[in-house]
Amino acid sequence: MKVQDVFNEPGCDKNQGKSEKERKKGCAKQLAPGAAAGGCAFDGAKIALQPIVDVAHLVHGPIACEGNSWDNRHAFSSGAQTYRTGFTTDLSELDVIYGGEKRLFRAIKQIIEKYDPPAVFVYQTCVPALIGDDIEAVCKVASAKLGKPVIPIQAPGFAGVKNLGNKLAGEALLDYVIGTVEPHYTTPYDINIIGEYNLSGELWQVKPLLDAMGVRVLACISGDARYREIACSHRAKAAMMVCSKAMINVARKMEERYGIPYFEGSFYGIGDMSDSLRQIARLLVRQGAPDAILARTEALVKAEEARAWARIEGCRQRLQGKRVLLITGGVKSWSVVAALQEIGIEIVGTSVKKSTKEDKDRIKEIMGDEAHMIDDMPPREMYKMLQEARADIMLSGGRSQFVALKAKMPWMDINQERHHAFAGYEGMVTLVQEIDKTLHNPVWAQVRKAAPWDAVLA
Amino acid sequence: MAIVLHPSKAATVNPLKMSQPLGASYAFLGMNRCMPVMHGSQGCTSFGLVLLVRHFREAIPLQTTAMNEATTIMGGLDNVEKAVLNIHSRANPDLIAICSTGLTETKGDDVHAYLQLIRQRHPEIAETALVYVSTPDYLGAFQDGWANAVCALIEELVEASATKSPRQVNILPGSHLSPADIEELREIVASFGLVPLVLPDLSGSLDGHMSEAFSPTTMGGTNIADARRMGASVATLAVGEQMRPCAKRMQQRTGAPFVVFDRLTGLEAIDRLLAWLAELSGVPVPAKWRRQRSQLQDAMLDAHFFFGGKKIAIGAEPDLLWSLSNLFHEMGCEIAAAVTTTHSPLLDRVPAAAVMIGDLEDLEQGAAGCDLLVTHSHGRQAAERLHIPHYRAGLPMFDRLGASHKLLLGYRGTREVLFEVGNMLLADLHHGAATPQSWPLPEATLEAVAGATPALQ
Repeated sequence: MKVQDVFNEPGCDKNQGKSEKERKKGCAKQLAPGAAAGGCAFDGAKIALQPIVDVAHLVHGPIACEGNSWDNRHAFSSGAQTYRTGFTTDLSELDVIYGGEKRLFRAIKQIIEKYDPPAVFVYQTCVPALIGDDIEAVCKVASAKLGKPVIPIQAPGFAGVKNLGNKLAGEALLDYVIGTVEPHYTTPYDINIIGEYNLSGELWQVKPLLDAMGVRVLACISGDARYREIACSHRAKAAMMVCSKAMINVARKMEERYGIPYFEGSFYGIGDMSDSLRQIARLLVRQGAPDAILARTEALVKAEEARAWARIEGCRQRLQGKRVLLITGGVKSWSVVAALQEIGIEIVGTSVKKSTKEDKDRIKEIMGDEAHMIDDMPPREMYKMLQEARADIMLSGGRSQFVALKAKMPWMDINQERHHAFAGYEGMVTLVQEIDKTLHNPVWAQVRKAAPWDAVLA
Repeated sequence: MAIVLHPSKAATVNPLKMSQPLGASYAFLGMNRCMPVMHGSQGCTSFGLVLLVRHFREAIPLQTTAMNEATTIMGGLDNVEKAVLNIHSRANPDLIAICSTGLTETKGDDVHAYLQLIRQRHPEIAETALVYVSTPDYLGAFQDGWANAVCALIEELVEASATKSPRQVNILPGSHLSPADIEELREIVASFGLVPLVLPDLSGSLDGHMSEAFSPTTMGGTNIADARRMGASVATLAVGEQMRPCAKRMQQRTGAPFVVFDRLTGLEAIDRLLAWLAELSGVPVPAKWRRQRSQLQDAMLDAHFFFGGKKIAIGAEPDLLWSLSNLFHEMGCEIAAAVTTTHSPLLDRVPAAAVMIGDLEDLEQGAAGCDLLVTHSHGRQAAERLHIPHYRAGLPMFDRLGASHKLLLGYRGTREVLFEVGNMLLADLHHGAATPQSWPLPEATLEAVAGATPALQ
């Protein structure tokens, strides 16, 4: 079973730390009913693949799965807008009774005839999975009859959590897409970036740097990607895996199958950005690229770091000693920490709920101890912490923003629904400027002031 | 009279519709100290939650029974039980309101029976009200889920009463009313010396206010005690055709007569409401509303210049479609395209040639050549492609501020809509304004002219 295969991930330290028996159980822990939050496997699969911009993403299920969720992220495209079009089979009661396979086939046909995408991705969801719709068979027939790749994505919501969905999406790419097309030409400087979704255009904050180094992004999986790029990504010389472990299976299996070495890096934070550029250059040289790229990279890092620091310097004094509560997950829990500490901001806590063991080790390394690691903070606790002014600002995802705002505390979005791009040197300058702007907005003083008639009494 | 067209496509493209459980959860959010729960996979809740958070810019209490493959196949009793107990111990709400989803309906979980079992097994939750409503994702749409949830609340909470409170009136608002609309309606009813009880009351919970404390449940909305007291009301006022089954249910339970107002936007529609209230209460229409009525008349006169002859495309749930299409029709517009999500007895009376049960792709096609697109925020891509202004109406409205305070109801609400839409049409007057290059002569003419007179040496 695919799900079992994904659970048994040799590249995952957590998995490798388990006994044989435990490993068999996989990492599908039953979430506490009535006390769970977060997306499902389908959500994760869609997040991972939707940034492929020229593909039609067709959700096979009742209206909830697409109708309630579409168009809710800011993955940017430099061209095709097909990925922003919401396609769903909108299963009805009769489909549930008689099966939805025929409707699915007709839907694929309708989309190819009208929108002519290079490929259609078909996402399985709970209801058709439960009634036994065989989307793999439908996709196979559709590919043969309609002459376009039609890719089944087997990640129904009830299979597990969002992170599992990311991986299952990666499996679909490995099984059906990667390696199916040859690139027009290759260079010794071709890389893949895996797990970067180009949210708010963050890839474009990094790409000019790679261009300057002479590095070509053969495929970004999946930010601002075209179907063709992913299909020929097996010819890259090296790969960088971004965003912690979400798509580690893709990176590892591409190493296994095509001999593409990868490293795990981050675009968040000045130091991390430089490290990532250097690692890319080193990996490429190891793969046979001329070593002049190393010197080019050093010159680039030096110039860009200096420029970024100079731009941040203006805020340093105003931000020195400010206390930040960081509620996010994975790689951002440490990469942002390092960047903020560099300009004198104090981190009063960082959440590690979604972090891996490695992430936690990095935090320990950067912050000195474990005291600031928050495993699972209920909203009430966050509210209390903010109200008691143990932090000056909270950086988190959109879900917890109102906890901060209702406590009349500054808050800034650093998760997927954010409108600013925070990657690379540019992004870190933006992040610091945004924190400065948010913290020093006069609105906080105003909302905290009591009404004049109340003030007299107090 | 409109022809009602049914979709013939296999794929829905750019959905207009949202699912029943979301509508039901939305209704439950209008109950005070309530925790709505979707009985399904955690994604069902997560998507709904994100959508409502983006619309209201508020924390939304919404839980899940977190069903997975195994629990789905074995049946969800354990998960429902754990969810109820977990929510009881963590949040201790007055009401746990559960709706089903496509997943658990396909499996066929009998949640009514589950809840009976849970009640028997756990006397510690005796004080917590439990409401369940069946809302499969693959049937109906958002407004159906809302109405079904309100019916379930009435069934579970409202107590029949032999003695009536002579001035107490029930209000059953449809899902298309914003918190601001409900607030306005309550104020109108109260101004006649009546005591309104609203079920559900989003104006208490989702009106975007600063609260003194933090709570994991809803804060504000209909109290359980007030819902129970609705049996003593002398009449029920329902807004929107979707609420007719709920109003009937209320009448069956309490004996109180009901009236359904198909809409409360537009001059005559409000006139009817005020006349009914005056008759019921024996109180003449207060001066405030008379003044607002004349203001609306004036606004309509000012605005009609910009509405007259305009072609409008509307995509909305049936009751909202009904309200807006009639309003724009009354202002002299042509409803050139009307798309909706689900069935309603109103559809064939919409003032358009046809009403299609469809998606935003259908709306976009129909909107070619229109002057204005009216639909929820997901219509923005279509409006961009069509290069026409987009008036955001309905839920979700995630790319504008103030969704909860958007007022469409009453004389004042109607006036605000007319000004807002009128200003859009007014601003668009300059769109595509003429330039010296607007009327170029055809190539043939130019060639003919050039050929006719030899160029001067």
